[in-house]
Amino acid sequence: MLVSYKWLQEYIDLEGVSAEELAEKITKSGIEVEGVEKLNEGLKGVVVGHVLECEKHPNAEKLNKTLVDLGNGEQVQIICGAPNVGKGQKVAVATVGAVLPGNFKIKKAKLRGEESHGMICSLQELGIEGKLAPKEYAEGIYNFTPDTEIGQDALEALNRDDEILELGLTPNRADAMSMLGVAYEVGAILGKDIKLPNPQPETSTELASDYINVTVEAKEDNPLYVAKVIKNVKVGPSPVWLQTRLMAAGIRPHNNVVDITNFILLEYGQPLHAFDYDKLGSKEILVRRAKDGEVIETLDDVKRTLTPDHLVITNGTEPVALAGVMGGANSEVGSDTTTVLLESAYFTGGVIRKASKDHGLRSEASSRYEKGVDPARVRPAAERAAELMIELAGGEVLGGEAEADALDVKPAVVSTTLGKINKVLGTDLEMNQVEDIFARLKFETAVDNDTITVTVPTRRGDITIEEDLIEEVGRLYGYDNLPTTLPVGESTPGHLSDYQKKRRVVRRYMEGAGLYQAVTYSLTSAEKATQYALDKREPVQLAMPMSEDRSLLRLSIVPQLLEVLKYNIARQTESFAAYETGAVFLKNSNEDLPEEREHLAAAITGLWESHPWQGEKKPVDFFVLKGIVEGLFAKLGLESQLDFAKAELDGLHPGRTAEILLNGNVIGFIGQVHPTQQKSLDLKETYVFELSLKALLEAETAPLQYTAIPRFPSISRDIALVVEKATAAGDLETIITEAGGSLLKEVNVFDLYEGEKMEEGKKSLAFSLKYFDPEKTLTDEDIAKAHNKVLAALEEKAGAVLRG
Amino acid sequence: MQDRLKELQAEALEKVATAADLKELNDVRVSYLGKKGPITEVLKGMGKLSAEERPKMGALANEVRDAISGQIEVKQKELEEAAVQKQLASEQIDVTLPGRPVRTGSHHPLTSIIEEIEDLFIGMGYTVEEGPEVEKDYYNFEALNLPKGHPARDMQDSFYITEETLMRTHTSPVQARTMEKHQGKGPVRIICPGKVYRRDNDDATHSHQFMQIEGLVVDENVRMSDLKGTLEVFAKKMFGEDREIRLRPSFFPFTEPSVEMDISCKICGGSGCSVCKGTGWIEILGAGMVHPNVLEMAGYDSKKYTGFAFGMGPERIAMLKYGVDDIRHFYTNDVRFLKQFSVEE
Ligand SMILES: [Zn+2]
Repeated sequence: MLVSYKWLQEYIDLEGVSAEELAEKITKSGIEVEGVEKLNEGLKGVVVGHVLECEKHPNAEKLNKTLVDLGNGEQVQIICGAPNVGKGQKVAVATVGAVLPGNFKIKKAKLRGEESHGMICSLQELGIEGKLAPKEYAEGIYNFTPDTEIGQDALEALNRDDEILELGLTPNRADAMSMLGVAYEVGAILGKDIKLPNPQPETSTELASDYINVTVEAKEDNPLYVAKVIKNVKVGPSPVWLQTRLMAAGIRPHNNVVDITNFILLEYGQPLHAFDYDKLGSKEILVRRAKDGEVIETLDDVKRTLTPDHLVITNGTEPVALAGVMGGANSEVGSDTTTVLLESAYFTGGVIRKASKDHGLRSEASSRYEKGVDPARVRPAAERAAELMIELAGGEVLGGEAEADALDVKPAVVSTTLGKINKVLGTDLEMNQVEDIFARLKFETAVDNDTITVTVPTRRGDITIEEDLIEEVGRLYGYDNLPTTLPVGESTPGHLSDYQKKRRVVRRYMEGAGLYQAVTYSLTSAEKATQYALDKREPVQLAMPMSEDRSLLRLSIVPQLLEVLKYNIARQTESFAAYETGAVFLKNSNEDLPEEREHLAAAITGLWESHPWQGEKKPVDFFVLKGIVEGLFAKLGLESQLDFAKAELDGLHPGRTAEILLNGNVIGFIGQVHPTQQKSLDLKETYVFELSLKALLEAETAPLQYTAIPRFPSISRDIALVVEKATAAGDLETIITEAGGSLLKEVNVFDLYEGEKMEEGKKSLAFSLKYFDPEKTLTDEDIAKAHNKVLAALEEKAGAVLRG
Repeated sequence: MQDRLKELQAEALEKVATAADLKELNDVRVSYLGKKGPITEVLKGMGKLSAEERPKMGALANEVRDAISGQIEVKQKELEEAAVQKQLASEQIDVTLPGRPVRTGSHHPLTSIIEEIEDLFIGMGYTVEEGPEVEKDYYNFEALNLPKGHPARDMQDSFYITEETLMRTHTSPVQARTMEKHQGKGPVRIICPGKVYRRDNDDATHSHQFMQIEGLVVDENVRMSDLKGTLEVFAKKMFGEDREIRLRPSFFPFTEPSVEMDISCKICGGSGCSVCKGTGWIEILGAGMVHPNVLEMAGYDSKKYTGFAFGMGPERIAMLKYGVDDIRHFYTNDVRFLKQFSVEE
């Protein structure tokens, strides 16, 4: 809502309160003022002039040479390029020395050999948007009405000596979508009275009801419909003051009749519609839901197909308006209109919102109906419009009105107590302070001991419960004046859950290991949604996605991380490592919500270690990432529950991929991205892992318990084994561990040899075994006993022989 | 014999003094003090001496040995020191060469903001609650006083999955779920961070996916002044002790009264600049007293219980705090962006 500071003063005395100060006060106690615009910012030296003579420029086809009376006894020659300039016009003249927007200074000039002492201005040149200028002046200079006095400040005549407050209205404050509503609000803030218009149009002896009969079929959508008839109107331009009021509020002037309806919409917040009575083709107005497939051509020349969801105004048979949204082209007021049927109606929000949404049509009228208009203003608004029709269009208002009234709206009566108010706000108010606030709002109150009962005018339809009253008290008392306290009462220990704590540990660990945390989108494409999914389920799909790329919920994070890698590598980053924790979404067939499982995923590419000036460059490989996973499990006390099993998975290198097992259950995978996939992403060797963070963080771990630092030395035995190439080190390790008994405390691979010294199909793996007894120093015999068992088991189970 | 010993001593000391390295010195030790050395040889002739002279000569021999070995020791230290010095002299490095790079990753800036806020409220007795990102219409809207057809549903056009499920448009459903779990009893003090989704085209200021963090306190005597005090603590810790806050009326379907909180603009100090659009204030969050309908629907007696709630966007806070100009940076994960947040603050 755009509020003119100058116009507002017609309803309330703003003496001593500047527009800026007013904006600040309104913002603090009710409605956010998003901006204050000075309309004449950067403008000066423009006067109303009278074009005395106008002829073609002798040397230029498109220019005119004019003589303009500036009203101060001065007559000047001005060269004007506007096609619509003509003798006798009253125009805005930027005189020599004037300044126009953009710091454009007007100087004496010579145009094609002819002197020009100023410039005749279009509205755009005076800072008014072209789409707001009346159509006939949109392409040329503006003409004041003939009665305009010359020599006066043209900016004042155009009401540009004004400031516009832009209100950012929340949906509950529909009451402030009118000048009267704003006046009430400002009155409450400043504690001042307001002057309301008191229309009393003179009426003729003829009755409106003889001209028109109103029937409402859809009473729920339209509880009140009032029609007035105005005869003998002379359609023409509105006076300048009216045009400028509309333009300042962002509405383009059309003609006096239409402008009056828009003026009332702005003043009362009540949308009105003017029909050309003679074009209705009947003496009947019937309001009903549209028939399925019924068509109406609206004022914007668009043919719209309707459904029973939409409300129409008809002449008994044909629609003549899409109720509350836009009139029909068939009954439009034009220059030849002489009799006007003026509609002032109360439509309920739902049906208007539906029509406005279905047809993509949001008008000043529909936006007010959607949020709710004040039913008590339907009649006064019609009266006020009728009065202006007489004054500005020479019309003759017929007596009474044709109407259908099934309205049942009464002011809300809401009670609260002083105790409740003070309890909710944390204040120490007295009853008289509360009463004063409601008096400023012009609400009637009745006080009975601690209870205050408020009769809320229908213009404030947002106030229905006692909390609403408390808000009025709070905001007008001023939130600045509230005390500052902290919650009292039973204290609660603040903490993270174990899961949340561990998740932070995981993040810190991953970052310490050299990975950046990424945050990517949950919504993805059909292709990526299922790629690298641990759990191959059908993805969850949006009913109405905005694009193909964001139409389904991800089942894995890896595809998103690969995109991140691709993005970075394409931008001169040689190496990049990223991880993400986040939900993947698993569709449930029997429940309505999908299962959301938190995953941890990582992707690395490029060099892992490098030492620039020593020439060391170590690219990432499987074991870099595997080490990170192992370290993570160790950090969480889960290393003994971790296993890797060779696997072949879609999108991963078939020889360099493993499943990650926790306690024997697959909870993730690790591997090299399949070379084909790498190529399509323009990535070099890239490794990824993804696992269920939920499984990891919810796994049971033994409580942390101190074990004594050994008092006796441990003894190491190294063995080098020759085995088949396909034999997995992990399997040998398992055999060793199982056979070694309680004395064997540690087994570590320390060498792998697959070179030419080996027999075809064989390799050598060397292990270091550490024996230890917490009770005594081990003897050679103790160790030999255990160690021989290990060697025997290795030979028996894996055909492993000691390397000679 | 005595002369011979003296002679040997002088000879040995001469050699010790001129020994050029540890090996030469050791040769001296072996040749003079060893079992086959000249002193031993000399002492073999002791049998010819009288019983009186024998101990004297023995003592003299020991003196000579001690003198030689003492000198050797001194010399050895000298030589060792020299050897160390020599080695050190040969081991010079250029300390201005760069060190071996240590790989470091870092928190995403949104995580830093969220954790900072979490920790702040944990300190004030809050716990952190999370909930599903795909929500039931009931928890996302209806339980929050947004029945079907409510005009405010337009304010946050949403991604529906089925008629009854959608991508949550705010983290408020976590509040509704938590209150329901508490079965009408207090106190509830929670903070709810998480991802939310709205039907917006991604541009510099909009993202179809973004973060939100909300707080909720429900108890028997929660006052609006408590909300004001809590938000003031938050604003000062988050944005600096010198920040002022102001509450101004606003509207949210789930709170009544509803407010928005602004903080004084750090850049212009309140006089107005482009960041605060000339107002001197910057909008930070929305808040209010929990609407009685919301309390009642979650099973609370709204005559007895009151509550406050507040919600904010970590992106917006990060943008203000760090001067980030485009919300899409948070989701592009450009390393040149992420790297800048590896500093612990
Ligand atoms: Zn500023």
